[in-house]
Amino acid sequence: MSAFLRKILLISLVGCYVPASQAELTLEITKGIESAIPIAVVPFGWTGSKDRAPEDLAPIIQADLSRSGLLKTLPVGEMLTMPSKANHVRFRNWQALGQEYLVIGEISEVVDKQYQVQFQLFNVYRGEQFLGYRLTVSEKELRRTAHHISDLIYEKLTNKKGVFGTRLAYITTTSKANKKLYKLIIADADGFEPRVIASSLEPIMSPTWSPDGKQIAYVSFENKRSAIFVQTLANGKRERVASYKGINGAPSFSPDGTRLALTLSKDGSTDIYILNLNNRSLTKITKSYGIDTEPSWSPDGKTIVYTSDRGGKPQLYTVPSNGGKAKRLTFEGDYNARGQFSLDGKNIAMVHANRGDYRIAVMDMATRTVNVLTAGRYDEAPSFSPNGEMVLYASRKGNKNVLSAVSIDGRMQQNLSFDNGDVREPAWSP
Amino acid sequence: MRLNKEVFAIALSIMILSGCSSTDEKDSGLLDDVSAVDNEKDTSTSGYSDGSLLSGEEFGSNVTIDARGLGPEFSDPTNPLSKGVIYFMYDSSQVRQDFIPVIAAHSKYLQSHPSQHIILEGHADERGSREYNIALGEQRAKSIFRMMKMQGVNSNQLEIVSYGEEKPEAEGMDEASWQQNRRVEVDYQGR
Repeated sequence: MSAFLRKILLISLVGCYVPASQAELTLEITKGIESAIPIAVVPFGWTGSKDRAPEDLAPIIQADLSRSGLLKTLPVGEMLTMPSKANHVRFRNWQALGQEYLVIGEISEVVDKQYQVQFQLFNVYRGEQFLGYRLTVSEKELRRTAHHISDLIYEKLTNKKGVFGTRLAYITTTSKANKKLYKLIIADADGFEPRVIASSLEPIMSPTWSPDGKQIAYVSFENKRSAIFVQTLANGKRERVASYKGINGAPSFSPDGTRLALTLSKDGSTDIYILNLNNRSLTKITKSYGIDTEPSWSPDGKTIVYTSDRGGKPQLYTVPSNGGKAKRLTFEGDYNARGQFSLDGKNIAMVHANRGDYRIAVMDMATRTVNVLTAGRYDEAPSFSPNGEMVLYASRKGNKNVLSAVSIDGRMQQNLSFDNGDVREPAWSP
Repeated sequence: MRLNKEVFAIALSIMILSGCSSTDEKDSGLLDDVSAVDNEKDTSTSGYSDGSLLSGEEFGSNVTIDARGLGPEFSDPTNPLSKGVIYFMYDSSQVRQDFIPVIAAHSKYLQSHPSQHIILEGHADERGSREYNIALGEQRAKSIFRMMKMQGVNSNQLEIVSYGEEKPEAEGMDEASWQQNRRVEVDYQGR
């Protein structure tokens, strides 16, 4: 096939691009916390050649902070004044509204498409500034700047790492003329700025991030057989790293990014292998007659947690990443699968089923207690947020597949639904 | 044939393009490098195009059947060869009794047509974890593989691919739909 034809094909398969500042996922908070901290984020002031700023950052910050569940934002309609400069702030007004914190800010045009953004965070009762930053950014970076500001505020007020500036990878399917189109999409953590990075008429599944966030590994059936690809996000180049006879599935990067754990069935039984991405050497680390799949690395790189049905039903096991003796990890429930370590290694999230209800559970590795976090019937594919506070997963709402997130204490829950079809297999970026 | 494939590929790519809300010049350059995909040694197909596009339904089913070199017995509903989907018992890789003759008919056909080659496509229902379901689908395909081999089919004529829960036949979330999805499809590849 000529290079020209290839190019056309590739454009058609990858070229779907949704314009910026458009959300594909709709977010809805289904369960919040009573004790959330009240904070007012005032619409930012604007100085520039146009009537208004190309993007108002305040609504983005508001949405981020309330989505966290730990902060409760004041609706703009309830604000008595909308100051954008510190010397216009009357703290008493904000005290009267029951607010503990106040965020004000300004956007000013420096030159065409270049902006200076400044914001301040105040403690309303003490009447003092907690944070103040000034940044110069391009028009394209405005949304990202808003997420960055959200992270700074969140970190200051909760002492927890903010994840508003992170991204999500997920798979969507849309049907057209009796054909299903599978897409691998990357979007901001709030569902905005979705970009299709691969798309095919055959299934795409199991997206997973490299630890530096620069690459995605996934399974594609585009040649009517499964194969694992590693794609670099910056330039879109990809490499097929596994296409053996049988299953090529469940890729998972080692914490140092040099190896990929994966599932192959080339020798007859379905086992976990470690692929060295530098020299392409392959090491088999599980040997059972049953199914061994869904490997995930511990943060120190020494242990792999995986699903095995060697005991009859699927349960989680661990094995040293250089091979060795497998140990059973889960004993509660008749189905435990797709284990994933949190980045601090303290917890493992999993799909946990009892009598046919598939839910998301988290095991505390210190005490080995299992906490069931969700109440759905078809919950699957758990993925930890990089700060370990939330678990994102796929669930069913009505007759649609949607994404949901739950805090690891189970107190907060939210839904992310995809308007145009099904969405599943979320993977939260590092 | 080669040329036809390419024309089809272009047609299909235009179809897909028109399905996008918009395209962006910068983005289209993202996946510029297919050669990285091509130079792997263990598959003969190259990149995105050939394999996945050939099964397109746009040509109509008659063309597809002709291309696979199958005779009229495959479209005769009274002939077991017309059944290309095999179903299983509840939650297992044990074939439903009424499909034993279907497997026997395909085995017999393959023995008398040694140049024919089939893919046994394993499928699972939607419950539980996707990669585990890929493995369950493969187990179902393997059990058909073993039966056909025992009935005398040369294993060179058989290949297994599992799609797990990725291609459900029924979309409902009830036992009746799930049973329809736990299946193996017999997919003739031609001579």
